[in-house]
Amino acid sequence: MLISNLELLPGRLIQRHLGLVQGSSVRSKHVGRDIAASIKNIFGGELKGYTELLSDSREEATERMIEQAKALGANGVLNIRYSTSSIAAGAAEIFVYGTAVVLNDE
Amino acid sequence: MSSTLFQVLGVVLLLVLGYLFGRVAEKRHYARIIRREVEMQHLPVVASRYPPIDREYSQRLVAGSVVIASDYFKTFLANLINIFGGRVTPFESMLDRARRESILRMKYDAIQLNAAYVFNVKFDTTRIATGKVAAMEVVAYGTALIPVETSASVVKGAMRAQ
Repeated sequence: MLISNLELLPGRLIQRHLGLVQGSSVRSKHVGRDIAASIKNIFGGELKGYTELLSDSREEATERMIEQAKALGANGVLNIRYSTSSIAAGAAEIFVYGTAVVLNDE
Repeated sequence: MSSTLFQVLGVVLLLVLGYLFGRVAEKRHYARIIRREVEMQHLPVVASRYPPIDREYSQRLVAGSVVIASDYFKTFLANLINIFGGRVTPFESMLDRARRESILRMKYDAIQLNAAYVFNVKFDTTRIATGKVAAMEVVAYGTALIPVETSASVVKGAMRAQ
């Protein structure tokens, strides 16, 4: 499965568009992490726990999108976009979408 | 009376702590960012959507992300500036650090893949709020273009190793 945020691939032809595929994941950290983050907010700096959390959920969302693309019979997803929104205190939604396509062989 | 005094002292202590630690953290972070930017200068990161057609490339999505928190002093100062309006410089430098850090993490991934370029780079910035915590997440992502010869020789190398 080829995952890319370009719209076209030099040297390969898009044989069929299968439409939009998407994946999302909403996650939160346990309270301990939130408390640690609020302490970090006095001193400043990176919140490693949240960085980890969000990149994990980004992976999960991408995985779900790929599953959807596979179910449609695609062998690539092009023009991918990510979007993040904080939906409630301590929870963030990661959303990823792209176009599922069938590419010819190289 | 004494409880108000304690409250004021508490705020002053937090301001001093935030100022000292926050400044040291920011200085160190900038030093780290600049050093790595020089190290990774050889990999161009491009916002263009159209890849070059000079040779064959394989593609991989690469991303880098960081969640960065404000410190007590910066938040206080920003609230103060908010009254009069104007440039909120304490937050500008915070976001600048976050953007550059996320690009560096993305470039690191691309270099591991022997990429020649990273194309179509996009940023996504979100406020992550948990109660009183104010933090920003910045993601940078793009398409790493890996010259096909390189990836083929990597595969050959891996097969030889087996």
